[in-house]
Amino acid sequence: MPEVNPMTSSKISARGFFGKLVRNQLFIPLVALLILVAINLFADPTFFKISLEPSSTGNLILSGNLISIIDNASELAILAIGMTLVTSASGGQDISVGATIAIAGSMVLRFVKMYSPDISGGKFAAVIIFSFLVCVVVSALFGAFNGSLVAFFKIQPMVATLILFTAGRSIAAWINNNDNISINDARFGYFGNFIPGIPIPTPVFITVICLIIIALVLKFTNLRLYAQSVGINASSSRLNGINPKLIKLLTFIILGVCVAVCGFIKVSRTSSITYSVIANNIEMDAILAVALGGNNLGGGKFNLTASVIGAYVIQFLTTTLFKFKVSSSEISAYKAVVVILLIFISAPVVRKWIADVRNKNLASRKSKIGKEAN
Amino acid sequence: MSVNSNVLGENKLKKRSSLTDTNLLLIITIAVFFTMYACAVIFLKQGFLKPQMFFNILNENASLLVLSCGMTLVMITGGIDISVGQVTSLVCMTCAVYLQKVNDGLIAGNVFTSMCIALAIGLAFGIVQGFLVAYLEFQPFIVTLAGLFFAKGMTTIVSSDRIAVTYEPFVKLCRTEVTIPFLGSVNKKGIYIPAYVEVGVVVALAVVILLFCFLKWTKLGRNFYAVGGNNQSANMLGINVKLTKFLAHVLCGLCAGIGGYLFFLHACSGSPLHAQGAEMNAIASSIIGGTLLSGGVGNIIGTLFGVLSLSTIKNIVTSLGLDEAWWTNITVGAMLCVFLIIQSVILYVRTTLRKTKGKRTN
Repeated sequence: MPEVNPMTSSKISARGFFGKLVRNQLFIPLVALLILVAINLFADPTFFKISLEPSSTGNLILSGNLISIIDNASELAILAIGMTLVTSASGGQDISVGATIAIAGSMVLRFVKMYSPDISGGKFAAVIIFSFLVCVVVSALFGAFNGSLVAFFKIQPMVATLILFTAGRSIAAWINNNDNISINDARFGYFGNFIPGIPIPTPVFITVICLIIIALVLKFTNLRLYAQSVGINASSSRLNGINPKLIKLLTFIILGVCVAVCGFIKVSRTSSITYSVIANNIEMDAILAVALGGNNLGGGKFNLTASVIGAYVIQFLTTTLFKFKVSSSEISAYKAVVVILLIFISAPVVRKWIADVRNKNLASRKSKIGKEAN
Repeated sequence: MSVNSNVLGENKLKKRSSLTDTNLLLIITIAVFFTMYACAVIFLKQGFLKPQMFFNILNENASLLVLSCGMTLVMITGGIDISVGQVTSLVCMTCAVYLQKVNDGLIAGNVFTSMCIALAIGLAFGIVQGFLVAYLEFQPFIVTLAGLFFAKGMTTIVSSDRIAVTYEPFVKLCRTEVTIPFLGSVNKKGIYIPAYVEVGVVVALAVVILLFCFLKWTKLGRNFYAVGGNNQSANMLGINVKLTKFLAHVLCGLCAGIGGYLFFLHACSGSPLHAQGAEMNAIASSIIGGTLLSGGVGNIIGTLFGVLSLSTIKNIVTSLGLDEAWWTNITVGAMLCVFLIIQSVILYVRTTLRKTKGKRTN
């Protein structure tokens, strides 16, 4: 049939557009976000109300569910950056992030507590900066430890990070002799809550800064290309002059820095630390964010924007579940169901099956059209 | 023909004379365990000489032993299952709630049905995870991580409080002790106390022996090694790779069910805090026991010694006076780290040796 029916051609182009839309990596997280928004609007029309209210200290701050979601998702979004890079380069995930956050937070508190009593202004800023830098270095070292196990000893990432997953919280407790440290200085809480006079929570700014930094790094360096090529085929990228071991190590160190920032925000939120509870289950959420962003968990190509959106979707889900009076320990069961569903949708076997069914339908339609024409 | 048989004979001889990966790692583990125990006996003396000390290690770790065996099975096929710890917790909680209801006369049932429930929970987890891993080809780690969180959530949904079981027949079963003939110690008053083990230990050892025979002498057991060693060549040999992986996960789930019930027998209660981090200990025991993460290498006897080494080092740490909770975790982490590195180095050396040998013969 040489002449093509104009009707069918327009249909096919529409299908092509739809297919492109579905195949876009941002499709899954955005659809998930839309579904959550719809559910929330349906259940409670005032869910998205944002108001400017005076806080307990008398400053005007923004409050509302949306703000709390964006605020609380900060750590997850920052973690998602590092986790995506690690996933891309090493084909596995770091499950020790929660424990390393505990270590980072514990380090910060130790140093701030050492110097903080009753010092003013500039000195306090110096202490904060110093303790933050120490915590970054320590976290980066722990990241390098994980990374070297993965890169040089060729241990699967998840098993290599299992070591810190077991020992991390204990090391965090050990750093501070298992004391319940709390900082009474209100200025320490600025980084996790609000700076007086600014109505937007500080973690949001920190997240934006981190995102800008990583965007610039990806724009001006070859990190994206190298990480992806190592993840897709380590030995062929070695033959092309990339050092896969170094790249893997580097991604783990970047994740370590991300973890340090998260730990800093986490302890600043409460000005104290509970070693066994801080950042509990965050590794699951971070992996989920990467998976939700449509990134291949087996390594290779990645899309950071999708992961970050994924992180916000997960926080949205958590807040929604809280709204429906699900207790914090029960939430994990619901999230697990979401993960299983995601696995099911994105499994190559299922996708192939769907594609087969679609092709069969197309073929039968074509043959029908052919018969009618005859 | 004669040439052929000659070559075959040579191969057989070579295999017998050279140490396989499995045996080498097994020997390391057993040596580590005996040195550790000997050091403990010599330097610490606090009760390590008494036979009961050894049996107490078994009593406390019967459930871990079964969990580790299941884990070893999955790891031999190249997978991993990190949900076992929380499944244990879920099994304990469900059985505790069920038996309490039976005790109150709300539901008909007995100890046997509670066992069936435990096995059913384990099997259900095994089947679902196995299906997702084997037939939908998703990463076992992600699937079982989801399983872990599902079980964790379900445990608190079943009940968020600690429930002690007061159902009479069950408590009787819990307290049953099997005395060991010819072994025992004399206490301070000079009375001879025979050593004993709990019922759970007997079950756990039975599971160990069964699985050992299964892996050593059955066709399916050998298939596990083939699939873990090389997926594609196993497929070409006509092994149903998907089914094998599926069965490995089902068996692991079953082991989690049994292990959960053994934990329940030992603790006599259900709580969301039960078996925290058991999956970690199980993986650590398997790795220490010489199971390779890459699959294809492993041994149930090694796992048995892995569990023993792990619990011995924990006991040593506590008897050194470092009984703050963090020391045990840190030592376990360090031990895991050391063994992972040993494995990695051994594998590296062996592959390079093989390569150079191959080059020479070429």
